[in-house]
Order: sequence, then C-alpha cells, then structure tokens
Amino acid sequence: MINFLDIARRDLLDPAGLTEQQLQRVLGSILGKSIDNADLYFQSVCSESWVLEDGIIKGGSYNIDRGVGVRAMSGEKTGFAYSDDIIMPALEQAAAAARSISKYDGTQAVSASKWTTGHELYLPVNPLLSLSENDKVALLQQVDAYARKQDPRVIQVSVSLAAEFETILIMASDGHLAADVRPLVRLNVSVVVEQNGRREHGYAGGGGRFDYRQLMDDDKALSYAAEAVRQALVNLEAVDAPAGTMPVVLGPGWPGVLLHEAVGHGLEGDFNRKGTSVFSGRMGEQVATSLCTVVDDGTLPNRRGSLNVDDEGTPTQCNVLIENGILRNYMQDKRNARLMGGQSTGNGRRESYAHIPMPRMTNTYMLPGKSTPEEIIASVKKGIYAVNFGGGQVDITSGKFVFSASEAYLIENGKITRPVKGATLIGNGPDVLTKVSMVGNDLQLDSGIGICGKDGQSVPVGVGQPTLRVDALTVGGTAKE
Amino acid sequence: MPDITKMDYFNQPHLEQLVADILREAVQQGATSAEVDVAVNKGFTVTARKGEVETVEYNQDKIIELTVYFGKRCGTASLSDVRPEAIRSAVQAACNIARFTDEDEFNALADKKLLAFDYPSVDIYSPWSLSVPQAIEMVLECEAMALSKDKRIVNSEGATLSTGEVWHSYGNTQGFIGTCPVTRHEISCVLIAKKGKEMQRDYCYSVACDPSMLESIQHVAETAVERTVRRLGAQRLSTCKVPVIYAAEEARGLLGHFVSAIQGSSLYRKSSFLLDHLGQRVFPDHVQIDERPYLAKYLGSAPFDDDGVATRPNVFIDKGILKSYAMGIYSAKKLGMETTGNGGGVHNLFISTGDKDLPALMKKMGKGILVTELMGNGVNLVTGDYSRGMSGFWVENGEIQYPVEEITLAGRLQDMYGNLVEVANDVDTRGNIQTGSILLEEMTIAGE
Repeated sequence: MINFLDIARRDLLDPAGLTEQQLQRVLGSILGKSIDNADLYFQSVCSESWVLEDGIIKGGSYNIDRGVGVRAMSGEKTGFAYSDDIIMPALEQAAAAARSISKYDGTQAVSASKWTTGHELYLPVNPLLSLSENDKVALLQQVDAYARKQDPRVIQVSVSLAAEFETILIMASDGHLAADVRPLVRLNVSVVVEQNGRREHGYAGGGGRFDYRQLMDDDKALSYAAEAVRQALVNLEAVDAPAGTMPVVLGPGWPGVLLHEAVGHGLEGDFNRKGTSVFSGRMGEQVATSLCTVVDDGTLPNRRGSLNVDDEGTPTQCNVLIENGILRNYMQDKRNARLMGGQSTGNGRRESYAHIPMPRMTNTYMLPGKSTPEEIIASVKKGIYAVNFGGGQVDITSGKFVFSASEAYLIENGKITRPVKGATLIGNGPDVLTKVSMVGNDLQLDSGIGICGKDGQSVPVGVGQPTLRVDALTVGGTAKE
Repeated sequence: MPDITKMDYFNQPHLEQLVADILREAVQQGATSAEVDVAVNKGFTVTARKGEVETVEYNQDKIIELTVYFGKRCGTASLSDVRPEAIRSAVQAACNIARFTDEDEFNALADKKLLAFDYPSVDIYSPWSLSVPQAIEMVLECEAMALSKDKRIVNSEGATLSTGEVWHSYGNTQGFIGTCPVTRHEISCVLIAKKGKEMQRDYCYSVACDPSMLESIQHVAETAVERTVRRLGAQRLSTCKVPVIYAAEEARGLLGHFVSAIQGSSLYRKSSFLLDHLGQRVFPDHVQIDERPYLAKYLGSAPFDDDGVATRPNVFIDKGILKSYAMGIYSAKKLGMETTGNGGGVHNLFISTGDKDLPALMKKMGKGILVTELMGNGVNLVTGDYSRGMSGFWVENGEIQYPVEEITLAGRLQDMYGNLVEVANDVDTRGNIQTGSILLEEMTIAGE
C-alpha cells in the first residue's frame, strides 16, 4: 500500500516544521459554537510545458506554486482565506480571516485525526522526471515530423507537452486527515492545412494520470498527430451545415460532453440545494429514456478526471446519476451533502488552495446499450453524425445547453454522405435524453483532454459515451433545407 | 538583506527592487538577457444570498514570471514564492529549459527606443476603504431590494461585492522597469424568476476602477430584476434568416473576435480569417475602430504593453479598411512588421457609434432578433465560421414581442462585419471594448 500521507507530510508540513498537533490547534481556534466545520488544505504543484511551433522547440516553462487554504463553515456561511506561504504565522492569519465569518464565541476541541484511506488509481510518480529533457524534446520533434508527413497540405503544426505533479493534504475539524499525490500529463497537437487558399484547423490530444512514457505506448502521441491532420483535411471538404431540428447521431467518446453539459452540471449538489437547477426536486423522476444509465465515476484508474480522494479528503465513488432513465443521485461535496442531509459522494473539488471547494464532476459517461453504430446510422433518413466537439456550456436554471461540433457529417437515407462545417448544437437538458432512441454497444471514454469551468474554477475532467441517436436536436448551421 | 517575506509589495519601489533582483540573478546565472513580470493582488469578495451572508473570501496572491534568454534560446519559469532561494532555483529551472530549446531567430527584447522609459501614469488606481462588514451590509441590502421588487423573482444566487487591487511590474535587461497599479471594484446580483414550470436566471453587474463610478446597489438590483423577469415566457423560433441586433454587452464579444483575428499570434500561426487583409475592406465605410490606452478611469488602460513597449493610440479600422494588425515584439519580428504596442492585447478599443439609441435601432431593424445572451464557443477564427447558441427577443415593428431561447445564430464573421449596418450610442463601458448595440444584416437562426 502506498502511504500518500507520508509523502504529503514530507512535502507540505515538514519544511515548515508543522505538526499535526499544531494543525489541530489551528482548527480548534476556528471552531466555536457558531462555526460547525473547518478544514485546512495544503497543496503543492509543480508543472512544466514544452512547446514546438514552426518546427522548432520554441519554449518551455517550469512553474511551482504552493499554499494553504483555510475554510470555516457556519450553516450555509463560508469564510475562506489562504496563503501562498506554508508557515505557521500565515496559517494563523488565514484562519483568523476565515473565522471572521461569524462572531467569536470560544474555541472548541477538534476530534483526533482519523486517516482516510483513498484509492490507488495512479502511482505517486513525478511525471516531470519520467523523461529526460532530451527525450521530451525528441518526442515533440517526432510528433511534428509525423504530422507533416501525413499530407503536403499541412502548413502549420504546433505541439505541446505538459505535465503536472500535485501533492495535497487535508485536515478537517471532524478529524479526517487525507492526502493524495496526483500526476497528470497531456499532449496536444494543433495543425492548419491549406488547399486552394482555403485553410482549416485540426486538433487532437490526450493524456491522463500517469507519466510521459505512457503517452508513447502504442505510438499514442503519433496517433494524435495523425488524428489532428485527418480532422483538418476532412474539414477542407466540408460544406455548410444544415440549420434546423433533426435527428443527430453522436459518435462515441468525447461527444459525451453532451452528458456533461445537458445533465451533469444540473445534478451538482450546490445548485440543487439552492433550488436553482432545472433538475431541482426531480429525484426519482424519469428524465431520460430507459436506455440511458449515466454515471460519474472518479475511480477509473489513470483517467484524467479520477482522484484517489477528492479535495475534501473523501474517497471518490462511482455514482449513478441516471439509472434506466430515472434520476437517482446528485453529486455532492461535504458542505452541500450536510445541508441537504446526505453524504458526500466524493465530488468536492477545487482548482487550488486559493479556491473554495464545490461539487464537481469527475469522469461522466453513459453505459453501453445493444445497438451497433452501423445500425444507429442506418436508422436515420436525414440528419447529422457528429463525432468531434469543441466545448460546451449550460444554463442550469433554464436547462438550455450547447456544444459545438468540430467534425460532423450529413446522414442521408441511412448513409454518411459528406462532411459539414462545424456547428453548434443546442437543446434542453431535461428533454434531450428523453429523445435518445438508440444506444450503441461501443462505449468509449475521451482521450484525456477535458477541462471543466465553473464559477471561474477549472478542473480536469473526463467524459464518455457509446454512439447515441438523439431523435431531435437543433443544429446551428447556415444551409437551407 | 531585508526580510523579503515581510515586505509590502503593494509599493512601487519594493516591487521594482524585486524585479531588479530577479533580473540580476538571471544575468548572474549566465543569461544574455531576461525579462520579469510580477503581479501582486489583494482584496476580498462577499456574497449574500436569501438574506444571509453566504461567503466571505479573502485573496492575496503573488505571481512571478521570468524568461531568460541565452542568445536566441529561451526558457521560462513561474512561482509564487519571493524568497531568494526559491527565486534562484526558478531562474535555474528556466536556464535549464533554455539549454534544450532551439534558437528562434525572432526571440529578442524590444529595442531601447521602443521601451516606455517615460511612461505616463494612468489614473486607474482608486482603492476603496470599505470594510468587510460594510460590504456585507451593501450586498444584503442589494439582494433584499431585488427579492422584494417582483413576485416572480422566487430565488437568488446572491448579490456579490468584490474589491481589490493588482500591482503589476515588468522589467527587462534593457534597463526598463515599469509598474502599473490598478483597482477593480464590482457589484453584481444574480436572480431567478419562475412562472409555472419555467425558471430563468439573469443578472446585472457594475464594475469600475473607481468606487465612485459604480452604479448604485439600487440600480444593480432593479436592473437584475428587470433582466430576469423579461426572460419569462421564452419561446423557440422556426428556422429563418433575419437581421440581428447584438445588445451592447454581446456586441463586445462580437468585436472581441475581430481583436483575436488581428492579433499577431493568430496571424503567424496562419489561424486568422483576416490573414493578408491589410489595406482591405473588412467593415462598411462608416466604421472606425481604434484604441485609446491612456484614458483615466478605464479598466483597459495601460501605459506599456507586455514587452515594456509604450502603448499608443492605434487606428485598426479606418473607413472600414483594415489599417493595422495588433503586434507585440515577437509576432512583429516574425511577420517582418513593427510592434504596435499590443504585446498582450489591445487597450480600450472603441468603435464609432451612430446617433440612435437601442429603441431607435430596433425601429430601424423592424423585424428581427435582439441577442442578449450567447452560449458556447462555436467561433472558428481560421475560417470565420460562426455558430453559437443564443437567447434574446423577437422584435417586430421595432418593438420587442416576446423572449426567445434554445435557438442558434450562424453566419461568417467576414459577412457579419462586412454587413454591419449601424452601431447604437448605448455604449457599455464595463469592459476593454467600448461599443453600443450593433445591427447586422441577415443571419441564420436555427430552431424548431
């Protein structure tokens, strides 16, 4: 068993000579009659990125940041302060600031520490050290050369390689003590192709919670280069996308961004506690066809959205959000679970020590069904087949969501005929899954590129789904029927 | 040596001393040149929701970014720790990276004659002596006002006030060091209205560098209520082609795409639909677009850019013709052009406005769409293809008829800019791009 706590102690507490007893005293100084909960979140992150552009290794950066966040809670109130210096005086100052959310009414003893054991979904290795600088540079050059070799119409290639190594330690006033050590790597390839004066862009990438060497397994890095060029070349041939409401077949994997936007955000506990989500108060109701089972699963080994423990120290889980079309669970952090009378589901996440935790997704995907992708496409008389997307966005109150296709095709009489230009798809979260009439047997997860933004905080996430048929979705093209 | 960890960095001499120390460290470690950017900020944010304080958040950050050059090779590092040993190892890390990067012939600091040695002080620093309890009182009052105005407002995401300051220093081994402090204060209110099963959310915010320029909390509350309830009863539309007005706050984004497309970095990556368009018509001849970097009390003002180059008033569009791209040092060298003082972006962009207000612009449009919210990022700058989700209002006979939602708006930026009919005088001053509402010729609406 890996002792994450020892690693975290060494990295975060020992340099400043901080002991667990001292931290307990700080927590004790925050608690009082009106402050019912408090936690300390220590974090250190070192990261790097290398960029190749125009055939040369253009730059690289090394970044280091560490600090501690202090949160004091009193019912629905939260006081929060942080310091980018992990030393006792700064910690005490932050604690006093966070505590000021309510009147001082005495201190209270803190429960003795109980060590929370999380999962072991990834190894606590520093990915920055997993390749020599020469090998990192060589990898970028190989990917660049491979992309250019794909087609003479490639006029621009940029490749970036990035890694992050994060150590966290959380101590909560309920006595919980937890730690995690998280590697994360990512490779991106972006190309521009040109033909007869028309230029198009293509993008691919991937990564996860492992080290650089896994990016090279099965020539994964090279396959991203080929994929970026393929997409750009497809788009060179694309005609205007249709405009209007029609059947849409979504490809497997990354198009699962549909689930993230259409239902995922609306099922986060904070919005439902406040009653601001279109899904508020709908637990147990039918919100999808019986073909649809959607989960948020933070426990997948090595996935970008996975965590051994969340940022409040709760081990992650596989949470069923929608089961055979019925709404089953919200995603909760500790605070919202407590206020709604439930348990944290291991979805308490934060961008860094300088941000307040809130309920967030991890890896959100739909379980596979029985149809083959071929029969799903063959079932559509006229519609579109969308296989790649940029990002999406949702208004959780009205339920309206969008996601933008970057590679799509027309389906005519059950056959894929020609590529269409990128277009935004728009729908209504509570309706869209009630229009899913076929679910494929080809579940795929995305390649490890997702970033989710909420309230100005970014966290890495994953999505996935099998091929799906949605009977009616609005496609925002320009072509007349 | 002073105890650097206790130093107050919200202070020009201290901040510039830190920048100078880091530059000296870089040179000592063998760099042939170097540049350093330090930003420190402090402030707080309070939110009240449903009559109670919800969060009080204090923030205080430092971020140091340093780039070292060894001839034409470079390496970068960033950190939040100002201790000398931390800085030394960050410089080391950057130097190490520079050993592995390639020579890039376009890497260089700005020539001395371009640097803003005598930069003017820009009046954008007005701290607010507001205590947290005072701020709490204001947000409680703002939210209470909003919740009491209209029975259809049934819920709230709260009223928020934030206030803070950022001190930003840039220096390089050409001998330039400059500092620019800026304050930013903001009040906002986010509400939820309900009618039957339908829920709608909207908001109002006011932001300024001088607290005396903020809208009153009453105005913020009332506008938030008005904007939220007017969305109730939203309908979809059938797919159609109609003229479109971008309300001023969304018109800003529309011009934001123009700014991205004339950015040097988009051009040398051949990733802009405005590549090779200098001297060509992009807008109709009534359109002027320029930047004004020294305006007092404007949040976009800046006396020098990210390269330390003096900012200047630039004219990008003159009588509809593209006169200049927005260049920083690197992209200018790479494209064989001159910097325009736009390393990092533009500073207070203005578009010429007409004499009509928004109601008059709607009269001119007659029948069409008023866009008040856009969703998603369906804008392809390489091709100009544009497709985004939207909500807003259906306009007929120049009057708002009913709210619309769950529809998309699509076209090509080339055509949208080329067919810009008129800019209203209802300029939204809250951002870096100053524009009124914009009327465009037909675009495609996709709906039922």
